[in-house]
Amino acid sequence: MTEPAREPVVDIRDLRVTFATDGGDVAAVKGVSLQLLPGEVLAVVGESGSGKTVTARTVLGLLPETALTRGAVVLRSKDGATTSDVVTLSGGDLRRVRGRDVAMVFQEPGSVLNPVYPVGWQIAEGLRAHGDVSKKEARATAVDVLRRVGIPDPEVRVDHYPHQFSGGQKQRIVIAQALALNAGVIVADEPTTALDVTVQAEILDLLRRCRDEFGASIVLITHNMGVVADLADRVAVMYQGELVETADVATLFAAPQQEYTKKLLASVPKLGQGAVRARDRAARRPAGWADQAPVVVARDLRIVYPGRFRQPDFTAVDGVDFTIAPGEVLGLVGESGSGKSTIGRAIAGLTKVSGGSLQVLGTEVAGLGEKAFRPVRKRIGFVFQDPATSFNPLLTIADAVAEPLVVHGRAGDTDDARGRVDELLEAVQLPKEFGDRFPHELSGGQRQRASLARSLALQPELLIADEPTSALDVSVQARVLDLFDELQREFGFAALFISHDLAVVDLLADRIAVLHRGRLVEEGTGEQVLGDPQDAYTQRLLASLPVPDPAEQAERRARWSALR
Amino acid sequence: MSRRRTWRSLPVVHQLRQSVGLQRGMLVTGLVLTGLLVLTALLAPLLAPYGFSQLRGPDGTFGAQQAPSADHLLGTTVGGYDVLSRVLYGTRTALFVIVVAIVLSIVAGVLLGLVSGYLGGWLDRVLVVVADAVYAFPSLLLAIVAAIVISGGQSSLVGGVLAAAVSITVVFVPQYFRVVRAETVRIKNEAFVESARVVGTSTWRIMTRHVLRNATRSLPLIVTLNASEAILTLAGLGFLGFGIQPTAAAEWGYDLNRSIADVTSGIWWTSIFPGAAIVLTVLGLTLVGESLNDLADPRLRSRRRAADAPPPADVAVTPGGGLAAGTDGSTP
Repeated sequence: MTEPAREPVVDIRDLRVTFATDGGDVAAVKGVSLQLLPGEVLAVVGESGSGKTVTARTVLGLLPETALTRGAVVLRSKDGATTSDVVTLSGGDLRRVRGRDVAMVFQEPGSVLNPVYPVGWQIAEGLRAHGDVSKKEARATAVDVLRRVGIPDPEVRVDHYPHQFSGGQKQRIVIAQALALNAGVIVADEPTTALDVTVQAEILDLLRRCRDEFGASIVLITHNMGVVADLADRVAVMYQGELVETADVATLFAAPQQEYTKKLLASVPKLGQGAVRARDRAARRPAGWADQAPVVVARDLRIVYPGRFRQPDFTAVDGVDFTIAPGEVLGLVGESGSGKSTIGRAIAGLTKVSGGSLQVLGTEVAGLGEKAFRPVRKRIGFVFQDPATSFNPLLTIADAVAEPLVVHGRAGDTDDARGRVDELLEAVQLPKEFGDRFPHELSGGQRQRASLARSLALQPELLIADEPTSALDVSVQARVLDLFDELQREFGFAALFISHDLAVVDLLADRIAVLHRGRLVEEGTGEQVLGDPQDAYTQRLLASLPVPDPAEQAERRARWSALR
Repeated sequence: MSRRRTWRSLPVVHQLRQSVGLQRGMLVTGLVLTGLLVLTALLAPLLAPYGFSQLRGPDGTFGAQQAPSADHLLGTTVGGYDVLSRVLYGTRTALFVIVVAIVLSIVAGVLLGLVSGYLGGWLDRVLVVVADAVYAFPSLLLAIVAAIVISGGQSSLVGGVLAAAVSITVVFVPQYFRVVRAETVRIKNEAFVESARVVGTSTWRIMTRHVLRNATRSLPLIVTLNASEAILTLAGLGFLGFGIQPTAAAEWGYDLNRSIADVTSGIWWTSIFPGAAIVLTVLGLTLVGESLNDLADPRLRSRRRAADAPPPADVAVTPGGGLAAGTDGSTP
């Protein structure tokens, strides 16, 4: 697959990692062999629990003390002069290797940087650890590397603290830390997962430059197939601690060999898939559907969070107009801070409306008290983002699903409602025995399905789904989205589907509304918004979205660069 | 609903099963000492050779400051009481005060913390300020003031014990209040509480069904630590003379107070035994509390190592990273 002349910079041989946990030993990695060649981006993909992060962390010797590592991870320094087996190294030897031969870029840039030191100091910290450098030299290096990762005014910014930078800039600084020592290998653990899609494109571009300009080899850990298609040269697919398939990126996407890889690729939502479904639904609607009274009408909706300690108020939603007709799915897309969740919460009565008008199921919500809103609540269902936290950990699934029925007097207690609960669990394709389980005994996807069952308990006319699949693995996400679509057809509820992922929204929504900094920039059917975006922001958003196809992504990347 | 909740998931039992090595040793020692305390308190009338306020046997008065002998295994005090009987009966007073003090402070503290944390607003602010003000006082001073206010210096059995218990309660309520309030404020923003609000659940039902049980998880821990503190406060009160009269109940602090003069004249048995009783009780309860504290924190909890590994280390972390056991694996 590659010319034999190139020696690998990282050679992982039959790596096995076992963790000691309360529930006994857990084998996280079961005999993985991988090689990273110089100047290569190797993407390690897999679902949560596949062992991809553990594998990558062994390259730095960053595993906790409960881990037992077997096998070898041979690391070659950048000039090829020395090799060392990281598994057997400890203490000082390990510290010498870290930073010089291999560096790490973490997932959450906000928590990786120490908030009480200026960023320049933190970059210099690595330099100081690996040799005697004067303050002046360290500072000069920090300024230089900051400039090279694209921080404007590095001479000034080098003395700024992490909170003075945006999320994307913070990730640039973390990458700068890795580059400051000119490490041969960079391990990037989900480097863009915490970032918005437009920022993600910039960071991916920077990582590409790390390879091209700095000559670093990169191990990229991700679950996002779009990112893989954008950046990787070679891909290793992992599943349950084992290596399923390794291939170069074009081959993998074009002709996956293993069943698991095929399934994984098939479950990635792609832009444009939803158009057919939307047309289908539109055709099925009875005549006169458009004349019905809409379930939600927002006119010049404004939501302001009051500022604290004399800081100015924050306007989360700024003059937004939209309507949702009965039985219609409106997809609300935007980046973090765009106000999309705030709108969903306002409709559910969790956030107060500050101005304008918001009618939900014929009731004006603005200025309405909790008591007056309560009758409306039973006609609204809500699905939360994180199924792990949206269930009371001390109640069984049956208790949780029965709760709406009990609260609204449809049933005396859980036992009384059990028949209905079983029906609901069946509707979301969960065995009814799951009713007796506690939330932590279910997987993420199962929990989100239970969450759907709970939100449908009162047969709501309106369902608000706030990023219902963003905490789930991609294969699980596909099933939950299918289920959502099925349920919507069966129950006929109107829905507000909130997501940051354009492809997911496209799959389900009849109409798509794009939010940017609290304003509605564009609204229309999926075909209109995604096919022919009018607003500059929508165009940028679409161009930044990496598609899971290396050839197409290369084209898109060119277009994206042009748009910048 | 209780299908999977067996006795094994009860607070202390669960931790005992979970612990290994030194932590298990500490927990077991603490549990044994505490168990002895409870047993002694229950069986005091059977174990003790005399009553706690008994001054004379069939052969006349015991006599004051008698050295340990066959009649009086641990000697007699300056007041002419049997030391062994006083020490054994002292466990009853100690246990009684602990239970009353903790029940009172839990009820008051949890209720106030729940209301304050969930409702917020001016009530919350007032209660927090009051709790902080109580914190600012030295706890023993506060207990003395409370004892004087409650009993007016008179100390019958129930009055004296209650005075001690209530004065300890005053000191403890802010602790429970703070812990429950902090938990409530955190849980209030959890998605499952919002989910209950979206459904239209009433405030009272959310507080009792969704917040309360989740907010009280760390209480067993504070209870054990507070229990040992209660013993010390009770002994302190007794030592300073604000406690219970010797005729009303046996109390170690009072006995220690009376034995001050004996120490210098070489009479060791009047102070050593009540003192040792206090130390062992406090030690037992503290060991239980500290072990529970360590076991509750996954970073402090030691685990059995994976097979064929070097000896156990104290720190054990499994970051979410690759395992993601919490979100993905369903427990068998």
